[in-house]
Amino acid sequence: MPVLIAHTISEATEILAENPDATILNGGTDLMVEVNFNHRHPSSVLLLRNVPQLREWSIDSSQQTITIGAGVPYAAMETGAIAAAVPALAQAARTVGSPQIRAAGTMGGNLGTCSPAGDTLPVLSALEATIHLSSQDGERTVPFGEFMVGPKKNSRLQHEIITAVTLPVTGNRQGYSKVGVRNAMVISVASACFAIVDDTPRLAMGSVGPTILRAVKAEKFLAEATKDLDNISDEIAREFGEIASTEARPIDDHRSTAQYRAHAIKVLASRLAVRGTAS
Amino acid sequence: MSSVKTKRDVLGTSSLRPDGGAKVKGDFAFTSDLHAENMLWGATLRSPHPHARIVSIDTTAAWKIAGVECIVTADDVPGQLTYGLISSDQPVFAKDVVRYMGEPIAAVAADHPETCRRALAAITVVYEVLPVLFDPELAIGDDFEPIHPDGNLIRQQRIVHGDTSVVGDVIVEGHYVIGMQDQAFLGTESALALPDADGQGVEVFVATQWLHEDQKQMAACLNLPTERVRLVLGGVGGAFGAREDISLQVHTALLALRTSRPVKMQYGREESFFGHVHRHPATVWMRHHATNEGKIVKIEARFVFDGGAYASTSAAVLINGVTHTQGPYKCPVAVVDGYAVRTNNPPCGAMRGFGVVQACFAHEGQMDKLAAAVGTDPVSIRLMNAMETGDLLITGQPVESVAPVARLIRETNEIPLPPDLAIDANELDLPGGSGITAERKHIRRGIGWGVSIKNIMYSEGFDDYSTARCTLSDGKVVLKFATSEVGQGFVTLAPQIARSVLGVTDAVCDTIDTQIGSAGSTSASRQTWMSGGAVDGACRLVRERLFELVGAQQNIEPIRFAIEDDEIVDTAGTFRMSVIEASQGITISETFEHHHRKTEELDENGQGNCHVAFAFVAHRAVVDVDPELGLVKVVQIATAQDVGQVLNPLSVLGQIEGGIAQGLGLAVMEEIIVQEGRVRNPSFTDYLLPTALDAPVVVARMIEEYEPQAPLGAKGVGEPPCISVTPAIVAAIRDAIGKDIDRCPVRPQDICL
Ligand SMILES: Cc1cc2nc3c(=O)[nH]c(=O)nc-3n(C[C@H](O)[C@H](O)[C@H](O)COP(=O)(O)OP(=O)(O)OC[C@H]3O[C@@H](n4cnc5c(N)ncnc54)[C@H](O)[C@@H]3O)c2cc1C
Repeated sequence: MPVLIAHTISEATEILAENPDATILNGGTDLMVEVNFNHRHPSSVLLLRNVPQLREWSIDSSQQTITIGAGVPYAAMETGAIAAAVPALAQAARTVGSPQIRAAGTMGGNLGTCSPAGDTLPVLSALEATIHLSSQDGERTVPFGEFMVGPKKNSRLQHEIITAVTLPVTGNRQGYSKVGVRNAMVISVASACFAIVDDTPRLAMGSVGPTILRAVKAEKFLAEATKDLDNISDEIAREFGEIASTEARPIDDHRSTAQYRAHAIKVLASRLAVRGTAS
Repeated sequence: MSSVKTKRDVLGTSSLRPDGGAKVKGDFAFTSDLHAENMLWGATLRSPHPHARIVSIDTTAAWKIAGVECIVTADDVPGQLTYGLISSDQPVFAKDVVRYMGEPIAAVAADHPETCRRALAAITVVYEVLPVLFDPELAIGDDFEPIHPDGNLIRQQRIVHGDTSVVGDVIVEGHYVIGMQDQAFLGTESALALPDADGQGVEVFVATQWLHEDQKQMAACLNLPTERVRLVLGGVGGAFGAREDISLQVHTALLALRTSRPVKMQYGREESFFGHVHRHPATVWMRHHATNEGKIVKIEARFVFDGGAYASTSAAVLINGVTHTQGPYKCPVAVVDGYAVRTNNPPCGAMRGFGVVQACFAHEGQMDKLAAAVGTDPVSIRLMNAMETGDLLITGQPVESVAPVARLIRETNEIPLPPDLAIDANELDLPGGSGITAERKHIRRGIGWGVSIKNIMYSEGFDDYSTARCTLSDGKVVLKFATSEVGQGFVTLAPQIARSVLGVTDAVCDTIDTQIGSAGSTSASRQTWMSGGAVDGACRLVRERLFELVGAQQNIEPIRFAIEDDEIVDTAGTFRMSVIEASQGITISETFEHHHRKTEELDENGQGNCHVAFAFVAHRAVVDVDPELGLVKVVQIATAQDVGQVLNPLSVLGQIEGGIAQGLGLAVMEEIIVQEGRVRNPSFTDYLLPTALDAPVVVARMIEEYEPQAPLGAKGVGEPPCISVTPAIVAAIRDAIGKDIDRCPVRPQDICL
């Protein structure tokens, strides 16, 4: 099986144009598992690890955004400047797998796989991130809400490479929570990201639907219920959680029950709504 | 010649494992690392259905794949078509019917694992799906067609003891459910088989718990004389009961014999979940009668153990369960009914704790109910009823072992409680861990207790023995035995024994294989007692011979000699000579077989002295719970364990800490989820084991009371640590949330919904 090694983004898109069947390999923490389980049999592999551009990130202070390369590993997001700019992303990154997985795994891979349990995805949804895609035809950007279209389905075209993600640097409250049955190294049973962007509350929910779900009714309720988002009463927080849980569309599976997942969303949402405030 | 006295790792020291360094560095060869010239790979075709008739098996297409050397099915088994530890009821390959999901149907040998995979995919099996018997209650009685010629009831045992008309002032009742736990050893099943040149025998390197039992069952299925099936222990990556039954042994050897080439087989993690037996899921009902003060006067109970498709050790697990109904407490009267049944669920058999885990989860739940009913606390109720040496079990058997139950409870209770959670506690110290699901204010703390009794060694009249040979030559000792080293540390202990008995420094273990008599299984917490007794006996025989030789040379009555440090000394004179010098140029070799005392079978009322000896332990769990989300963090486990004599403190602590982690797994996360006979989570992604972040602080006290029945005064310490820690943790969760929970593992929804 040929392994095609790219050193620049343009080289990568060129290789992909010539080898439309090539499977993209980033950290390999999803792909190699699938190969091991015989779920995927790549005919050729395009290796992105040696593309330095994909491992870069930068903050645009005039736009108040941060752009993170698709090959930046989770370990680089856990602390430092990325963590300071997007704390919820750092919290999500810290919940991913083990130190070994976080050293190898990337957001590009999380987006490539697009599992409803992917831990960075609720953060990208709540912050309304923009996904950058690159191909021989040029570059395009897609809002996260249009990128993830189903469980393990995204709108990336076969010849496109995910190059980066742009997120707002809000300077405002945001947080990520994930429930699993173990205290680390666990696939989420339910997760939620709460963020205040442009003075409006946002809540995205993971593992409780075919895609990451936005709790639009709960968001609307909260925006109308209070002017001061840093001073939310317990009662309002509780109602926020209850509304959010009605917006979840969880299922029963071997990891949990629909009933528990909906309940967990209620608790996570109401706790996140007040997390980091004085109350 | 002057010599500096080296520190000798005798009994009582924390001698280090001889293979420890290699294991830490990754240099240790596990069975899966073995390789042979010209080797083929083997793989197994398994049933996708829990219950189906096999209409046809077509291997034609698979044979045509380049690199495929052999395909075998039931028709190719030269000897007995079935095997099994207690009754031979499990087919080497399913022939007419498959009875559980994952049952082997065929095996292939090919030049590469990938070729094997393709060959398996090319075998066409036509099934006619049959109704699945998945409810163990339906397996009792005649409600469901027998799914096996031996019937659906594997064994039933009743215990009736004392004046059963007694009624207590206080009665508490509970129904308990114990989930199916996996042993989850890290080194999956693996074997390398090398055929003899004449094709009439085979040598097999295998990771197993009992070489001679494997040998016996393999020889019968392969239709070979026992001595032509030679087994060598390959490096074992954990066992916990899952390597007591045959898995790939016959398949690998058969493929090697058929191809006249070495064949290696190795299960991946998913296959491993289907390749070995699990801990029996069980339902237990108990009703305790007590006086107004809380003294137990009668226990009624009913156990149902789901044995899955084949018998394995279910019959023995059942007996362990029912005979431990009372726990480590006095109980004059009992009526117990127990059933081990056959279903189309995965076969269940041995796992650390062996039936006692299920009994303990129930009786400890009952003790807390009883404490609440009579208005006392968990510690007082247990002290009030604590068993002592000389007490009668509900089987009528007197407990002759040292039984320091009250002391274990008191000593555990003296261990300081952990500090309160800090106001600014790190998220990793809270339930939910790295998921940041809670703040300090959401958390409630609970404390719970568990105390247990566990029989050690084999029961019900089984003549359980172990064999060892000690060879002394030029001051060096070589020890030979067939005791499986599965991580428990016998390869550390055996040389320690030799150093203590013979005064040598240099003592090593020979290859562990079937070129000596059986050692019995590395299970039932028995090897320190049984193989320790055998090594001790062999070393003592060698010492006698050495004393005779030296006595003859020096004209001293051998009876006057003793070993002091590394010297032979005349206890009635001044003669001293180092053991090294005394054994220069000579070789003394002695073999010893250690048998434990006889036990009896139970009668129809479950009466009889069926067990050899007992070990006890107390656990106190401190647990933080997020009641709203149902998440748990076990903070501290305090424990005092009855160990007899400590022979290697580090080894004992390793067993205690490891057992607690395994018991914690059963308490809060480890469960094979089976729906209508289908395993839903055969992976470490979804079968969750505790990580370092889930493991509690363990504060352990080893309670040393010399066990006179044991050859070295030491009781087995392997199983007790995992038994009562599970109910202790669940009790702590109940305490934290003020709600009854009757099952383990406890799931988040059991706490918060
Ligand atoms: C033990 C373990 C624990 C895990 N725990 C978690 C967890 O807690 N939370 C979680 O969210 N995930 C977890 N995962 C899954 C995995 O680590 C993440 O999804 C990770 O983000 C994948 O990144 P990667 O770089 O390794 O992707 P890869 O495996 O390299 O790729 C994943 C998929 O994305 C595609 N892809 C990768 N990069 C690009 C690109 N630049 N453009 C287009 N397509 C691309 C690949 O073709 C592939 O289909 C775990 C995995 C393991 C093995």
